[in-house]
Amino acid sequence: MIDQLFAPFLEFGFMRRALVGCLALSLSAPPVGVFLMLRRMSLMSEAMSHAILPGAAAGFLVAGLSLPAMTLGGLAAGLAVALLAGLVTRSTVLKEDASLAAFYLISLAAGVLLVSLRGSQIDLLHILFGTVLALDDAALLLLGGIATVTLFALAALYRPLVMECVDPLFLRTVSRAGGPVHFAFLALVVMNLVGGFQALGTLLAVGLMLLPAITARFWARDLSGLIPASMLVSTLASLIGLSLSYHADLPTGPAIVLAAGALYLVSMLVGPRGGLVYRLVRPRHLEA
Amino acid sequence: MTALRPGAIGLRGLTLGYERHPAVHHLDGTIPAGDLLALVGPNGAGKSTLLKGIVGEIPALDGRVERSGEALAYLPQADEIDRSFPLSVLDLASMGLWRRLGAWRSLIGRRSEVVAALRSVGLDGFEDRPIGTLSGGQFQRALFARLILQDARVILLDEPFTGIDARTTADLVSLIRDWHAEGRTIVAALHDLAQVRAHFPSTLLLAREPVAWGPTRTVLTPANLARATRISEAWDENAAICARDHAGHGHDHAQEHGQEHGHSHALADAHDHATTRDPHHHADHGPAHAHTHRHGDAA
Repeated sequence: MIDQLFAPFLEFGFMRRALVGCLALSLSAPPVGVFLMLRRMSLMSEAMSHAILPGAAAGFLVAGLSLPAMTLGGLAAGLAVALLAGLVTRSTVLKEDASLAAFYLISLAAGVLLVSLRGSQIDLLHILFGTVLALDDAALLLLGGIATVTLFALAALYRPLVMECVDPLFLRTVSRAGGPVHFAFLALVVMNLVGGFQALGTLLAVGLMLLPAITARFWARDLSGLIPASMLVSTLASLIGLSLSYHADLPTGPAIVLAAGALYLVSMLVGPRGGLVYRLVRPRHLEA
Repeated sequence: MTALRPGAIGLRGLTLGYERHPAVHHLDGTIPAGDLLALVGPNGAGKSTLLKGIVGEIPALDGRVERSGEALAYLPQADEIDRSFPLSVLDLASMGLWRRLGAWRSLIGRRSEVVAALRSVGLDGFEDRPIGTLSGGQFQRALFARLILQDARVILLDEPFTGIDARTTADLVSLIRDWHAEGRTIVAALHDLAQVRAHFPSTLLLAREPVAWGPTRTVLTPANLARATRISEAWDENAAICARDHAGHGHDHAQEHGQEHGHSHALADAHDHATTRDPHHHADHGPAHAHTHRHGDAA
C-alpha cells in the first residue's frame, strides 16, 4: 500500500517534479485559504481565480504556451481585477462580492474568447485544467518562490491581518494599516492562484487553497492549529491525488482536488471540532 | 485658529450626514480637555454620527473637527467584530496594545498587563476563552479591557451600557470615573438620564441641531428635553439645500455671517454657561420655507 503510494515518485522524474510543485503549493496556498475562509471570502477567491484567465490567455496569444508570459499576464490581470473591484466597492454602492462577480464574469468570457482566437481545444484544456505533470524548472522555481514570499508576507502581516479580519473598524481607528494590509492580502491571493494555475489550471486553482482550509476547520480551533492542519491536509491530498492519477490513469489536477474533497468529506463526518459524528453522539454536558 | 490643548476636541461648523441629509447640523463648540461629556438626544438625533465624525469614520459634509493629534479610543455601538473568528479573549484585549507594539513587537512580556486589564473589568480566568463563547455583557467588559490597554487621551463611547446588566454597568461607570480622574477626555452617548445626572458633569443635548450644551443640570431641563423630542427624525426628501454659510471656506465666515444677519450660528467655544438655541429655524427645510438669508454657492 505504502509502496503503491510512493512508487511512481521513485520511478519517474516528472512525478517527483509534480510532487515538489504540489508540496510548495501546499505550504503557501492553504494558509491564505484559512484567512479567506475566516473572512468569508471563500467564494470571492473562486471569482478571483477566473479573473486570471484573460491575462494568462493574453500571454498565451503573445508567446504561445510559455510559462513566464502566461504567469505575468495572469498576475497582472488578477491584481487589476482585485484592485478594480476594491476601487468600485469603495467608490460606488456595490458591495465587494457584487463588483467582483461583475469583473470575473467579464474576465472569464474574455479569457476563453482570447484563447480560442488562436489556440486549439487542447491549449484551452491546458489552461483551464493545468499541466502538473509537465512542470519544468522555471515553473518549480516560480512555485517555490511564491511559497517563500507568501510565508514571509503572512508572518509579517499576521497581526494586522488578524485584526483586519476580526475588527476592521478598530484597526481603522488605531492605524492606517487596514487598507494596505487588505490589498497585500489580495496580492497574496492572486499570487497563489497564479501558482495554483500552473499546477491545477484556472478552474481548479482554488482547490488546494480552500478545500484544505475548510477541512482544517474540523480539526483545529484557533489559527495556530488551523494553519498547520490545512498545510497537512493539502500535502496529503497532493500525495494521494498524484499517486491515484498515476495508478488509475486519471487526469492529475482533478484527482488532486478530488483527493482534497474526499479528505474534506471524511473530516466533516469524523472531525473532532463540530464533525457530524460528534454532533450525533453528544457527550453529557458539564456541571459548569 | 487657536491651538487646542491636548485632549480637547474642536467642532467647527461641523455638519455630518448621509446622502447630503444632515444628521448633525452646524455644530460649533469645543469639548475641553479632561471633560466628561454625555451626548443625549432622541433616536436619530445624531449622537452616533457625531462620534463617527470625530473618529473620522464618516467624512464631514461641511465644517471640520479639530484635534491636537493625540491617541483616540472609540467604542462603537454596533461593532463590526466577527465573533465567530477563533480568537481568545486575551488576544482581543491585546489589540489595545497596537499603538505601543505595532505589527511586530512581541506580546510575550505584556501578558501580565493584559491579564491585569481583564481582571479590572472582572474577567478573571477568561483569558483563553474564545470570544464567541462570551455573553453580551462579558464581551462588553472585554472591549473595555481593550480600551484600558489603549491608554488613550480621548475616549469616545457609543451607548456603552445598552443591554448591560446593572452590576456590569456600575463597574464600567466607575472605570469611566477613574479615567475622568486621570484627566482623559471622555464623550459618551447615553440614554439613561439618571445615569447622566449622577455621573456626567457636562452634557450636549442633540437633536440634529445642538439644543443645549453645558453643565448637566442646566441642560437636562424639562423644557430642553421637550424641545429635543419635538424635532423630527425623518428625512425630508425635498429638503432645500442649506444655504447657511460655514466655517469650511478658509476664513472665519461663520462669525461674520452671524453678525451680518443678526443671529449666531456658533455656540460659544467656552460653554461654561448653558447655551440654548432655538432649533426651529433650521429644523424645517420644506421647500415652502424659503431661506431669506440665502447667499453664497449652494453646496
